[in-house]
Amino acid sequence: MIRLEQLCKRYQLGDEPVMALDHVDLGIDAGEYLSVMGPSGSGKSTLLNMLGLLDTPDSGRYWLGDTEVSALGEEARAAQRNRQIGFVFQAYHLIDRLSARENIELPLVLTGTAPEQRRPRVNDLLQRLGLERHADHLPNQLSGGQRQRVAIARAVIRKPALLLADEPTGNLDSHSGQDVIELLEELNDEGITLVMVTHDPNMGQRARRRLWMQDGQLLKDERDAQP
Amino acid sequence: MRSPDLLRFNLRLLTGQWFRSLMTLLATAVGVAAVLLLTGMGEGARRFVLEEFNLLGNDVLIILPGRKETTGGIPPLTGEGTRDLTLGDAEALLRLPGVRTVAPLIVGLAQVEANGRNRELVVVGTSRELFNMRQLQAAQGQVLPDLPLDRAEAVCVIGHAVRGMLYDQQPVLGRWLRTGDRRCRVIGVLEDRGVSLGTDLSESVIIPVASAQQLFNTQGLFRLFVQVQHLELIEPLKPAILDLIQQRHQGERDITLITQDSLLGVFDDVLQLLTLAVGAIAAISLIVAGILIMNITLISVSQRTAEIGLLKALGASERQVHRLFLSEALMMTLIGAALGILIGYGLLWGGHWLWPQFPVSVPLWALLGAVLLAVGVALIFAWLPARKAARLPPVLALKGITHA
Ligand SMILES: Nc1ncnc2c1ncn2[C@@H]1O[C@H](COP(=O)(O)OP(=O)(O)O)[C@@H](O)[C@H]1O
Ligand SMILES: [Mg+2]
Repeated sequence: MIRLEQLCKRYQLGDEPVMALDHVDLGIDAGEYLSVMGPSGSGKSTLLNMLGLLDTPDSGRYWLGDTEVSALGEEARAAQRNRQIGFVFQAYHLIDRLSARENIELPLVLTGTAPEQRRPRVNDLLQRLGLERHADHLPNQLSGGQRQRVAIARAVIRKPALLLADEPTGNLDSHSGQDVIELLEELNDEGITLVMVTHDPNMGQRARRRLWMQDGQLLKDERDAQP
Repeated sequence: MRSPDLLRFNLRLLTGQWFRSLMTLLATAVGVAAVLLLTGMGEGARRFVLEEFNLLGNDVLIILPGRKETTGGIPPLTGEGTRDLTLGDAEALLRLPGVRTVAPLIVGLAQVEANGRNRELVVVGTSRELFNMRQLQAAQGQVLPDLPLDRAEAVCVIGHAVRGMLYDQQPVLGRWLRTGDRRCRVIGVLEDRGVSLGTDLSESVIIPVASAQQLFNTQGLFRLFVQVQHLELIEPLKPAILDLIQQRHQGERDITLITQDSLLGVFDDVLQLLTLAVGAIAAISLIVAGILIMNITLISVSQRTAEIGLLKALGASERQVHRLFLSEALMMTLIGAALGILIGYGLLWGGHWLWPQFPVSVPLWALLGAVLLAVGVALIFAWLPARKAARLPPVLALKGITHA
């Protein structure tokens, strides 16, 4: 489903150039569950942003499905993001002035889906994530775990093939963190490809496939034997 | 994004920062209101003048003695003709096919004495026809009788102000009045038409034209008014009139012919220009509002970098983000413009209520111009900040708060 070839990304940090991604080769199959681990600054977020088409590589190629997305223009990449990719961020990134429902339906609103079609889909997700009672609450009226669940609902409302999570539990206590991970894994069980960046080894170990990064390079690619 | 969704999204934004929105809104509103107010007043002044001068009607030709080589511009107001314009000319003109009526006019100053009081007043010599042309009616008594032009009858009609000056509230009909060395009987008082910028008949004494000729000891007329039967006859009659007068004046074309329209055209042009200039000055305030909108949009963009990154991560294209910020500015402007229109018209109607004789009316071009300018300025000034937002790379935008 995903293929990266010799992907490089260099950032200028002061005078010094930093190789955030250093000739990365990687293949991911549909439905896989990957965790990405490594020390701070090792390039995990950069890799995830590349996968999510939020960032453009300096060199190398990237295939998503049958398309070489590294050759696409910004408009086409935006459309791919909307259709294929869901993001979950450490900082939730909910829009403060919009209610939980409005935040969740934002990707549908952006594509011009009619309200009567949006409503049942949002209702389903709200119910499934146990957020029915909070549909009309603003983000600052929700707990961290609830906010992250709203963010996850927003990420999967368009039924994307790929779900990218950058330290989704980083701002949560261990209990709500556990909830969020279980929710993500449940979605993975239903077929969505899940790539999760984490610095918590316990969390990372839950994934069937684990990547370790250092200085922009893939250090180790470890996977469980298929059951 | 569907328009209702866009509208709702922007509305949330505007109400969320209501103070900032209100200030921008007010800036636009004041600009639009200023344009409407000033052009409305300019247009009012124009109409006021036009109405005052338009009393003769545009089917009337004005003949002045003396030839002036003016092409456009305000025609000469004092005749310096070599040959007088006479009552004989007036009668000849009346026989010209297509002419309905002819009214002569002589104007001069004379000592007027009545009721033991003495004033120097304008004395106008004319015929009954002038009253018809100017739609002048008598408030009391009657207007000048229908006489042969050369008959000097000892009667007069006095203006409203003259009546007050000479007789206070006493009855005046049938009383005697002395103009220069001649006596005449008051047969009517003109209705009060307010101030007329043309000849102010309210402060004059009107006598038959032949009496005026004797009083001022002249044969020459000051003006001749020729009313045609149809409006379309104005142009074809001009050469006919000139030829007739030339024939009667031994081959000299020593008159000037003007129409109401040509006279008014000059005033109209000047006043319209004035209205335009005043409106343009007011429009500057709209540009100031535009700069404010640019700043607001810039602030909005920098405060919302993370949101822009998020929208892009959710699949918003550059074009969508651009449109989002433009529509925000546009909405603010439209609300502001609507408010401005309300304020502008409100003030104008308030003014009209206080001074009912002053017509108020905002020219359509000013209304449309103000709104279009406001919208145009908002779009132009919001364009750059909106593009800045649209071009923001999604990763950098998201980092706005990820690492804050
Ligand atoms: N926009 C940027 N500008 C400059 N340097 C950057 C930028 N983004 C990332 N980096 C650098 O690239 C390296 C990898 O960053 P990142 O992928 O965020 O690491 P991680 O997520 O593993 O902590 C770091 O050294 C970071 O400082
Ligand atoms: Mg990171």
